[in-house]
Amino acid sequence: MKFTLSWLKDHLDTAKTLSELTAGLTALGLEVEGVDDPAAKFAPFKVAHVVSAEKHPDADRLRVCKVDTGHEVIQVVCGAPNARTGMKAVFAPDGSYIPGTDTVLKKGVIRGQASNGMLVSEKEMGLSDNHDGIIEVASDVAIGTPFAQLFGLDDPVIEIKLTPNRADCAGVRGIARDLAAGGHGTLKPLKTEPVKGTFKSPIGVDLKLPGDAASACSLFLGRYIKGVKNGPSPDWLQKKLKSVGLRPISVLVDITNLMTIDLNRPLHVFDADKVKGNIQVRLAKNGETLAALNDKSYTLTENMTAVCDSTGVLGLGGIIGGVSTGCTDETVNVFLEAAYFDPLRTARTGRALQIESDARYRFERGIDPQFTHDGIEIATRLILDLCGGEASDVVQAGTGPAWQRTIAFRPERTKTLGGADVPVSEQEKILGSLGFKVEAKGSKWTVIPPSWRGDVEGEADIVEEITRVFGFDNIPAVSVLADGVTHAAETARGHATRRARAALAARGMKECVTWSFMHHDHAALFGANDEQGAAALRLSNPISADWDQMRPTALPNLLSAAQRNADRGFGGAALFEVGPAFAGVKPDQQKNMAFGIRHVTAGHRHWAVANNARHVDVWDAKADALAVLETFGVGASSVQLTREAPDWYHPGRSGVLRQGPNVVAQFGELHPGVLTALKIDGPAVGFEVFLDAIPAAKKKGTAKGALVLSALQPVKRDFAFIVDVAVEADALVKTIKLVDRALITAVDVFDVYMGKGMDPGKKSVALSVTLQPVEKTLTDVEIEGVAKKIVETVVAKTGASLRG
Amino acid sequence: MTNALSSIKDELIKLVEAANDLGSLEAARVGALGKKGKITELLKTLGTLDPETRKTQGAELNVIRDQIAGAIDAKEATLKAQELHARLQTETVDVTLSPRPVSKGKIHPISQTIEEITGIFASMGFSVAEGPDIEDDFHNFTALNFPPGHPAREMHDTFYLPDDKSEQGEHQKKLLRTHTSTVQIRHMLKNKPPIKIICYGRVYRSDYDMTHTPMFHQVEGLVIDRAIHMGHLKGCLADFCKAFFEVNDLPTRFRPSYFPFTEPSAEMDVGCSWEGGTLKIGAGKSWLEILGSGMVHPNVIRNCGLDPDEWQGFAFGAGLDRLTMLKYGIPDLRSMFDGDTRWVDHFGFDPADRPNLANGVKS
Repeated sequence: MKFTLSWLKDHLDTAKTLSELTAGLTALGLEVEGVDDPAAKFAPFKVAHVVSAEKHPDADRLRVCKVDTGHEVIQVVCGAPNARTGMKAVFAPDGSYIPGTDTVLKKGVIRGQASNGMLVSEKEMGLSDNHDGIIEVASDVAIGTPFAQLFGLDDPVIEIKLTPNRADCAGVRGIARDLAAGGHGTLKPLKTEPVKGTFKSPIGVDLKLPGDAASACSLFLGRYIKGVKNGPSPDWLQKKLKSVGLRPISVLVDITNLMTIDLNRPLHVFDADKVKGNIQVRLAKNGETLAALNDKSYTLTENMTAVCDSTGVLGLGGIIGGVSTGCTDETVNVFLEAAYFDPLRTARTGRALQIESDARYRFERGIDPQFTHDGIEIATRLILDLCGGEASDVVQAGTGPAWQRTIAFRPERTKTLGGADVPVSEQEKILGSLGFKVEAKGSKWTVIPPSWRGDVEGEADIVEEITRVFGFDNIPAVSVLADGVTHAAETARGHATRRARAALAARGMKECVTWSFMHHDHAALFGANDEQGAAALRLSNPISADWDQMRPTALPNLLSAAQRNADRGFGGAALFEVGPAFAGVKPDQQKNMAFGIRHVTAGHRHWAVANNARHVDVWDAKADALAVLETFGVGASSVQLTREAPDWYHPGRSGVLRQGPNVVAQFGELHPGVLTALKIDGPAVGFEVFLDAIPAAKKKGTAKGALVLSALQPVKRDFAFIVDVAVEADALVKTIKLVDRALITAVDVFDVYMGKGMDPGKKSVALSVTLQPVEKTLTDVEIEGVAKKIVETVVAKTGASLRG
Repeated sequence: MTNALSSIKDELIKLVEAANDLGSLEAARVGALGKKGKITELLKTLGTLDPETRKTQGAELNVIRDQIAGAIDAKEATLKAQELHARLQTETVDVTLSPRPVSKGKIHPISQTIEEITGIFASMGFSVAEGPDIEDDFHNFTALNFPPGHPAREMHDTFYLPDDKSEQGEHQKKLLRTHTSTVQIRHMLKNKPPIKIICYGRVYRSDYDMTHTPMFHQVEGLVIDRAIHMGHLKGCLADFCKAFFEVNDLPTRFRPSYFPFTEPSAEMDVGCSWEGGTLKIGAGKSWLEILGSGMVHPNVIRNCGLDPDEWQGFAFGAGLDRLTMLKYGIPDLRSMFDGDTRWVDHFGFDPADRPNLANGVKS
């Protein structure tokens, strides 16, 4: 909502400065978004006297002028044909910003003559395209008169951000009323005397609405005015509308715009000679069309409010008028409409047809229904004053909505809810200044809100009215404190998220936050297909198909991010995200997960590390997944590894980690086919950890349990077995561990070899076995005994042979 | 001491001094103190002497032996130092070479902010609450006092999902939550007051331009008790902003505003300055809008099955992304969700760098 300071002062008698008023507006809840003070922009420009203007000695078209600014006489070189001795002009000193050319003026020397400023044209001032010569100022204007004042450009434009509840401030008078209540001035009286009609309106009005839609238009006032003369508006009206960015059209239209902005009372003027029969308001019929005043055509549906004559729809109630009965310069008889249209229906219609209009903006928020009568009288007066003519009696249909209501209010609530200690008398005064009536006194009041405050519904609203005028700044602040020392505030899910994040960042991965949605084709590659109920998770109104499916996993998003990095020249990204994945629309189908990917290379080539730039592989992803599990106390030895990872992983290079029946993680090389479909360069590896599926650690108090340290040194023995390629390393490890569970504390694979020297289909696996004696040092014989048993068992259980 | 003894001593010490490596020093030691060394031999002769001579010569020989041994130790230390020095000269490497690389991980600034905010509110006695991203019309709008068809509902640019036919009425209409205020409803429906919670998470609105993304984050707070009023709202939020922005004298301002689910409603600004074109949070000439807040609307309390004449309190909500951008000087919202590793490296946090209330909220 935009208005000028002078416009505000049409309604508010105030001695406050601009900055006091803007601070007051914001404090009242009418947040000032901006103040455009053109006077500030034009401050350097003042009227000056051209003492002499003589031809430049070295340039035919230039003149060397002596300019009296009131302070000094300055030499200026001027190229304007109309620069002449004795004239008055507008002078711009050195260093001024020239709005029309977007430049800062600098002193200079033009063909040998110093030029210390400029005499400006209208174009240079940004006023018009006129650049035929410099601005000529009447000789009686005093030297030093500010340009802004001379051209009436010293009126600051204030823009406020109107919250949807404050429909009453969609007009300048409503804003003035709030400021007056806030102690920033006095509201001037408004002239509302009725204009006496001299004849009966030849056009009648009729509300033809079904009972359940009676609220669509509950009041319609009309008036016939004959013999008007339309044409351009007077200067004051044009200037007023222009000052808030409205384009003057014709005086009849401009009057309705003035009424809208000034008094928040949208109106419509029909060319009465184009109206056939009476005006009636009814619901539109499906398929009816309207050629609207914005030069667009609309097809209506049956829930819309149509203002019609006997031939059809003339306009959409509360939104826009039609071309067929629009006023032109030839219009001589008009029919003026002032009606009350229902906010909800207006909003729905406007939204459905995507029409933004000043009328819709106001009707959908709810204008003052009581003001309809005053509104038509004020508008009639304006038309008679500016266009001449003769007014009929007012014709009326309906009585308007029942806006009167009473609210029970306990003045103590200002303190107990609002936190503000406002004396009762002051509370009553504030309410009065806002137009509220306070009927009963004592501890329970009955408050009647004014007709323009449809937003005020209950006691809390009354508290807000009193506290906002009292000033939120005047409410004493009270700290909210903890009851003793901080307790655990995190949820299990939040805790898991934080732990997983730290674990993965500690592994050198970078955290990303990516969209919760993705292209449905990408999601389908990761299990979100029709059999899995993907349709339920497809947005009905996505911004684009790229973001239309709730994600089953974040892997495709992370892969795309890695590819974007690679395309920018930063390959080898290792990215993770901890966040939601969606298996369905129910709250418990939202899973909290940790996802990560490593793309193409594991690092850069390095002089000290052989193969540092190797390709990423499944063991990178396995380590990432295990690192997350580790933070929850789930060690590698307490999960079972199986091979049936989902389709988006490489079938031979992937795994699933389970804890009992729960899948807690899956990892692997991404399926090359999936990468191709996603246009991602391979190889890439990834993992997904189902954080919700990890059982919560049993609460065992804070003690970590006793640390038992053996005084005896562990013994290590190495073994190398030749086995079939298909034999899994884990089978060897588990077999060895079972040989003596007490004694064997660790089995580590330190070499796997296939190739030259090895029979095809065979591999050599070398393991280091740690024996931890418990009671006494092991003798050589005992160690040999265990070693022998290990070899025998492995050979027997896995078909291995000891490597010679 | 006899001259003979004295010259033996001088000779032996000269040999020690002359040794220029540990081998010749060992030879000198063997020559003097070894089994067949000169001093050892002399000591062996003591037994043949008369008791008086044995006593004096024995004492003199012991002194000489100790002196020689001392000279050997001193020489050995010198030679060892020389030898080490010589070895180190040969071991020089090019220390300008880079060490073995360790890739550095980073935590996203949004996560950092979440941990900071959780810590601050935990210190005021709040707990974290949660709710799902996929919501329904009831939790997102109706329970929060958005009248059906009200323009405020439309201002949210909601993403919808197909109806869930297994639910009834307003619970059928599935949508992506447009604000975390849904968690207020879920929490109040399940828990009895007093309530003191914050929640954070992803929210969604159909908007994409320079300053809007279809997904962003909010943090929300709710305090419900018998005597909580606007003064508590002001105190709590001013305390929070001071702690979060790490500015103890941060000016704050509350302006009347409108939200369907609060009454009275207030927006909160913090002081800032734009000197030199850079934003600085703190005392200054300008104000910056930070969050929306208000006393929970009686209808919302009623919708959650509580009596608004018994229970009241305040709620607030803020854009987490915006708070993060303001605190850490991040210029572009969209960059938050791009996964550019250069960006994460620059604006992200070391996993060792966790917020710590004992040091403000800095790590």
